[in-house]
Amino acid sequence: MKIKLALSWLIIMSLWVIIGPWLSSQQPDFIHWDAMAQAPDSQFWFGTDVMGRDLYVRTLLGGRLSLLVALVATCMSLLIGVSYGLLSGYLGGRTDRFMMRFLDVLYALPFLFLVILLLVFFGQHMILLFIAIGGYIWLDTARIVRGQTLVLKKQAYVEAAQAMGQSTTRILSLHILPNLRGVVIVYATLTIPQVILIESFISFLGLGVQEPNTSWGTLVSEGVDNLQTAPWSLWIPGAFLSLTLMAFNLLGDGLRDYWDPKRLRPR
Amino acid sequence: MMRLLWQRLLWAIPVLWLVLTITFVLLRVAPGGPFDSERQLTTEAAAQIAAKYQLDQPVLVQYGQYLGQVLQGDLGPSFQYPDQTVNELIAYGLPISATLGVLALLVALMIGLPLGVLSAKRADKPTDFFIGITAVLGISVPNFVIGPLLILAFAVYWPLLPVGGWNGGQINHLVLPVITLALPFIAYITRLFRGALLEELQKPYITTARAKGCSEARILWLHAFKPAMLPVVSFLGPASVGLITGSVVIEQIFGLPGMGRYFVQGALNRDYTLVLGVVLVVALLMLMMNTVADLLYRWLDPRAGEQQ
Repeated sequence: MKIKLALSWLIIMSLWVIIGPWLSSQQPDFIHWDAMAQAPDSQFWFGTDVMGRDLYVRTLLGGRLSLLVALVATCMSLLIGVSYGLLSGYLGGRTDRFMMRFLDVLYALPFLFLVILLLVFFGQHMILLFIAIGGYIWLDTARIVRGQTLVLKKQAYVEAAQAMGQSTTRILSLHILPNLRGVVIVYATLTIPQVILIESFISFLGLGVQEPNTSWGTLVSEGVDNLQTAPWSLWIPGAFLSLTLMAFNLLGDGLRDYWDPKRLRPR
Repeated sequence: MMRLLWQRLLWAIPVLWLVLTITFVLLRVAPGGPFDSERQLTTEAAAQIAAKYQLDQPVLVQYGQYLGQVLQGDLGPSFQYPDQTVNELIAYGLPISATLGVLALLVALMIGLPLGVLSAKRADKPTDFFIGITAVLGISVPNFVIGPLLILAFAVYWPLLPVGGWNGGQINHLVLPVITLALPFIAYITRLFRGALLEELQKPYITTARAKGCSEARILWLHAFKPAMLPVVSFLGPASVGLITGSVVIEQIFGLPGMGRYFVQGALNRDYTLVLGVVLVVALLMLMMNTVADLLYRWLDPRAGEQQ
């Protein structure tokens, strides 16, 4: 039930975000001097902001960007996190201890503050945003993957493969990686909302996505500035953002219960 | 217990040094200096200012001097506020941020724990379902959305509380920021405590207690409460990080003069010393909160210490 509800919102929202902007005749940057801070009506479906720009198109375009950031950063986090966790867990011994210690150090850094510094100092490029968020969010994935790998490498079929003299690469990619699928999907689903949240948090502070581009965080931030004159410019993008975060969280919870990683507990 | 404290102290030194060094390098590699935005200075004036803040020295010398200062507890003069030291600025901002964080944590525990108990007691009934949905909502709606909406509801349309500002920390100025900051943590604590209680109540020793004729209230508070607190306690470490970053946004929304605002302002103005100072204090706070959470955990579950 939870999964279905969450999936249907995500599908509807993604399609809407992709196709929606073409359904309206409005332009995202066009300034309607005669219609500033206009409440939602038949011409401006989500109203306009205080600069007279159509919020329907802007909200959907913002959604495109927020989702794009989420997808790219999540892929990055999976790539780094899974390979790090896999290696650490499989190699074990001193390598494992060293790699985990390194993770502990990274955990102790005030990362969000460093990300903010990075963005302030080196300009607010999209690519930097991807790298900054992706480089921070992989820590959890690495830990989980390591834990699962520790369990999997003790399984009889892996030991059999080792005894047969298969190469490490082959064992990792053929025997261990496929069995991590469930955990990785669950954690990817739970990483996406975190990334969206961080992106909008940074954009809210005015350090993330810049004009003429926009994201949900930027829109909410503009909405907060004009809270009293145009409350819809806050709650409409805010609702899109919150519903999407909620859908991903529900989906992740649902999938986790469904696959129940407790079946495989480390040691 | 003492051994853990010593371990943590030894651990803190390299971490803090790393934080300081990374931030220092970031600041110096970044284009733009602290006095670029001001109107064009004459060469002599620029040299004078540079000498005052020791910017005319080689970077490595500056780094060494700064490190020495910090070891003596002096975070140096602020670039942006020429008459104040970073120590003074932080001494002003930190109590505000700390008040916010501590109150939010207390509120989260005071509301989250009872809700978790209620939810576990009524597991899979409408009450539980309703609390569960509300908790997902609380986790999902970002605080920079809920905060302004609360302002709109309780300060603009129905003017019960002030829109923002600190005003010496009067209680009515604190209500909205603290609630906004606490909401996601209420939700997390409710979910964690519900899950842990349900797991604990299924264990054999609870069945024994029931068989002996213990009242349900006694079972809950005397037997199950303490072990079920363990996941909540280990959540306190990450929660403190969330509280600190969350308060950056909260201070922005409600116009509170806390540390988070200094940080964002300082970064924008290339106020080297202020940014370094805030990052150091934040890292120190994070380490301290994690240590406190660990100590609490060991106190609740002495086995945790023996295993290592």
